[in-house]
Formats: sequence, structure tokens, C-alpha cells
Amino acid sequence: MSNQEKDEKTYLFDKPRNVTHLLRGFYIICTILFVADLIVHRHSIHPWEGFPGFYAIYGFVACVVLVVIAKEMRKVLMRKEDYYDKRNDEK
Amino acid sequence: MIWMSELPPYIPFFLAALLVLVTHGNVRNIILLATPVLGGLHLWLDVQPFVPMVATDVLVTAKELSYQVTVFSYQLEFMRVDKLSLLFGYLFHIASFIAIVYALHVRDTIQQVAGLLYAGSALGAVFAGDLITLFIFWEGLALSSVFLIWARRSERSINTGIRYLIFQVMSGVLLLAGALTYYHQTGSTEFNYIGIESTAGWLILLAFGIKSAFPFLHNWLTDAYPESTPTGTVFLSAFTTKVAVYALARGFPGTDLLVYIGAAMTCFPIFYAVIENDLRRVLAYSMINQVGFMVCGIGIGTALALNGAVAHAFNDVIFKGLLFMTMGAVLYRVGNINGSDLGGLYKSMPKTALLCIVGASSISAFPLFSGFVSKSMVMTAMLQEGHNYLWLMLLFASAGVFHHAGIKIPYFAFFHHDSGIRVKEAPNNMLIAMMIAAVLCIFIGTQPQYLYALLPWKVDYWPYDMTHVLAQLQILFFSALAFVWLNKQGLYPPELRSVNIDFEWSYRKLLPAIARVSYNLLHAVNNGATRVVQQSWQGFQLIFQASRLSKYHLASSWPTGSMVLWIGLILGGYLIVDVYFLYIDDH
Repeated sequence: MSNQEKDEKTYLFDKPRNVTHLLRGFYIICTILFVADLIVHRHSIHPWEGFPGFYAIYGFVACVVLVVIAKEMRKVLMRKEDYYDKRNDEK
Repeated sequence: MIWMSELPPYIPFFLAALLVLVTHGNVRNIILLATPVLGGLHLWLDVQPFVPMVATDVLVTAKELSYQVTVFSYQLEFMRVDKLSLLFGYLFHIASFIAIVYALHVRDTIQQVAGLLYAGSALGAVFAGDLITLFIFWEGLALSSVFLIWARRSERSINTGIRYLIFQVMSGVLLLAGALTYYHQTGSTEFNYIGIESTAGWLILLAFGIKSAFPFLHNWLTDAYPESTPTGTVFLSAFTTKVAVYALARGFPGTDLLVYIGAAMTCFPIFYAVIENDLRRVLAYSMINQVGFMVCGIGIGTALALNGAVAHAFNDVIFKGLLFMTMGAVLYRVGNINGSDLGGLYKSMPKTALLCIVGASSISAFPLFSGFVSKSMVMTAMLQEGHNYLWLMLLFASAGVFHHAGIKIPYFAFFHHDSGIRVKEAPNNMLIAMMIAAVLCIFIGTQPQYLYALLPWKVDYWPYDMTHVLAQLQILFFSALAFVWLNKQGLYPPELRSVNIDFEWSYRKLLPAIARVSYNLLHAVNNGATRVVQQSWQGFQLIFQASRLSKYHLASSWPTGSMVLWIGLILGGYLIVDVYFLYIDDH
């Protein structure tokens, strides 16, 4: 197995350098998008929409809230994989 | 070709299902492939909408009264053609062709026959001109699709299939009850605008609601779709909910209640999708979320919103099908689809990974992908109608879709940490099917005018302007940023082998528990009562034995003779009473 692993070629994301590059590119795009909002005039219908950076902030906050609530839900809702396979009185 | 244009599109599928039964090998494959191709071409070339839809906010239907059959004094209309039914007709031909290519390697007659009957039933339902015909195909959908779940042939899938069938048949029964009530109230069974002003309307809405997975009626979907075979789920994801969306668009456009139901549907499933481990169940939750956008659009009821709803249904079948196909390919190769056990599969399934990213981009509504051109219509209509708060919910859901379907699905299956799993790339037929879907996603996303031309209502809308594209890119990139940040902080919930309790808990755990408790209770009551009666009887016997009565000669023993004596006395008594009454009657 270890031989096999040695023989195996290195893939795109095996090199940490590639991951770093990808992330750096991603951060740059995020920055450009945020700055663009301050320059470009978006026409808006919703009262909050005109606020600069509204979509960026809303998207970020929404996802953090989503994940935080979902994690809390786990405490109440999560059961073992075979939960439904067993009857109530079985341990 | 007049006769040909009147041929209801379900007939080729039902005939093909018969032919598939008696053929095998290449002949069978040719029949399978030719059915949606020829049927689709026929629909595209020979069938024209009888009356074009009028550009108003109220659904104006067009009828082509042909292929009518009368059963029990109800007129059945099998072929009502207008732009709404045609759009779904095209869609179901494309979807069944993709699903058939994807399943071409499968050697399982049951699945192939069920798949054809299922697609045929969906076509029958969208071309049905009256509620009774709709009901027939509605039940056809249920009865054919359940075999795609049972085809997994495990104990779990059999139980799941039974639960699925109960829900689907319940929906059918409600539809039939609604149709008959509607006939009673209006004297017609024609399937046009129904509305919720009458009892019949409520019954029918509930029937449609079950099939479109309204909140609390949704668990049949998240229960069943992940339990089907890798190829079966691709069929399942295409038809049932989309027939329901079609039916809602036909029967309940502009029903305000639907806006709220739809908004709820877009939001609650995404929480479950974030913590769900089975990646096909993640997609099932995400499907409810997508149907939510459609239900919202139907509820708003303006031409733009309705067009957005049906366009989104069209796109969803293709991109959700693509995502289910990529996950099916992983399940087929790895034998497991739990996020907790996968990772790093891009190394051995690079093509599937790339196709999955196309599907993920489409469902997330990235500009240039198909989801963008349809979802933005619903979002815009929402604002135009002044639903400001609900619009914020939908925007939240849009960010959430990207989070759980756009990032989570490809990330945990193909990237993440390397699970060490090395498998072969997906079979060629699967790759071709996924490729067709991916090309369609990009084609519709970049050239939306062709899809827009097919939409039932006349609307001037173009999704690509600076505002839309910038806003959408911002929301998506910053959702992704949240994902990256949460992961780096170690805040992202890990994939865990688990199930999460949903509303199904009430009938999979609570009801059986109540049943068991009531059974035990009744059992105890029965035992108690028996004991009380026995003890009193014994006590009575003791008292009797102690008394002087027991010394009476008939009590000391129970010989047959004394029995005969008593019976004789009783019969004699009857005779006397009888004779007495006869005497009275005569006088």
C-alpha cells in the first residue's frame, strides 16, 4: 500500500502551493467585487438594496447564521444512523 | 398528419414499455433511446399550441378537443395543448432521454419498464385536459415510480417504498375527492384555474401540495429519493415534483397563500441540508428549496413570476438531474454516498467532478449558468409585487443554496481531505448523459432567449444587466467566503454519520410509539377486566356453594337430562309467547 502511495502521481491540490494560489485569487475577486459596489451604481427596488455592499454583507452573514443555527440544530435533532431501523423500546 | 398531431405523447412511452418487456440487449436499448427522441421530435415538429396564451396575468388556457373518451359520463380529454403543457412536454422528453442514457448499462427489466411508464405518466398528466384524466396519470406516477425505489432490493428500500406509496396514493385520493366535489359544484371536470374559494379547491391544493412537498408533507421526498438506485433517483428527481409544479401553475396561479408556503420551502430545508451526511439526501432537501422558488412564483401570479416559476422548473430538472447523476456515479463506483466517508475523488473521477461543478454552478444561479436566468425572474417579480420581507427570505435561501448544494456537494465528495478511495471514472454512458445535461445548463445560461421563447406568457425580460450580475456575484462570492472562513476557523460542522430528525419522526417514531402504548394499555385493561370477572365469579361460586341453594338437586350436578329439561321449558315458553302474539295480531 505504501509503495502504491509513493508511485501515485501528485494531483492538483496535493501541493499546498496550489491551494494557496486558488485562495489568493478568490480573495482578490471578493475584494474587486466589494470595491466595484462602491463605484458602480446598481439600480435598486428594495429599500436596503441601495446600501453599498449590501449583497456582499448579506451573503456572508446569511451563510454564517445558517451554519451556526444548523450546528445548534444538531444538538437537538441528530441521532445515530440506525435510529429509524430500531424500535422505540430497543436499546 | 392530423391524426399524428393528436397522438397523446404518453402512448409511445407506454408502448415502448411493453416492447421492452419482450426484447433484450441492443434491440431493447434502441427502443429505450428511440422513444424519447421520436416522441420529442413529434411534439416539436407536429404539435402546435391550439390557441396562443394571452399576455395577461390570469392564466388563459387553450384547448384542443381531441382524443376524447367518455367514461362513466365523465369526458376524458387526453390531449390539451397550450404553451404551458408543451413546455413541460418538451422538458419531460429531454429529461427521460438523459435519464435513459444514464441508465443504459442497467440490466434490470423492472427499472426500465418502470422508468418508461413513469415518464409516460408524467407526460399524460401535463397534457390532461380534465381532472379525472389528471387523476389517472397522477396515480400512474405513484405506482410506476415506487418500483424505482423497490429496485434497490433492500429491506430499507422496501419500507421506504411503502411509506412513499402511502403518501402518493393519499395525494391521489385527495385529488379524486377534489375532482368529484369540483364536478358537483361546477358541473365540469375541466382542469383550468381552480383557486381556493371552494372545498374542492382546498382538496385539490392539498393533493398538489403533497406531490410538491409542501412543509410537513415533504418527508416522502427526503425519505425516498436517497433510497432509490443510482439511476432510479435520476428518474424520480425529474418528474413527480415538476408535474405538481405544472398542476399548481395551471390550477392556482396568483394564490397568495402559495407565496408564503413557497418562501417557507426555500428556507427550512437548507438548514437540514447543511447538517445532512447522505449527499443524495442533501440534494433532496435542496430540491424542496428549489421547488419553493417555483411555488413562490406561482403564488405571485404575474406573467413574469409565472414564467420564472416554469422556467425554473425546466432548469431545475436538468441541473438537479445533473447533480443527482454525479452523486449516482459516485455511489455506483464507490458504493457509498456519505459525506463523512468520501473526499479526494477528483483524483479518480475528474470528469464527474467537473460535471458536478457545472451542476453546482447552475443550481447556485451563477451568471452564465441556467439557474441564474430563471431564478432572477422570480426574485425580480417578488420585489415588483412589494414582498420585501419574503424577498429577504428568498435571498437568504439563495445564499444557502450555494452553501449546501453549490459548495458542500462537490467539496465533500470530490475535494476535502483525501479519503484514499481510488475508483474508476464513471461509465461512458453515465458521462455522456451528464455531459448532455451540463451542455444544456451552459447553453440555457448563456443563450436564455431560446428558453424564454418557449415560456407560456409574453414577457419582456433579460437577466443580464450590470445590477443583476454584480449583485448575484457578490452574494455568491461572499457566501463562499463565509464557507472558507468558517472552515479555517474550524467552525464548519463536520460530516458525521447520523440521521437528523425531521417531521417524519411523527409517523416513523411517534405514531408507532403511540400505537404500542395504546396496545399495551388495552392489553392491561383486558387482563385487569378478565381478572376482576374471574375473581367475582370465583367469589360468587364460593358464596353459592356455602348457601343452601347448592344443595338443590339440579345444582349438585349438571347432567344432560336437566339441560334438556330446561331447554324444553324455554322453547315451550317461546311457543306460548308466539301463539299469544299471533292471537293478538289476528284480532
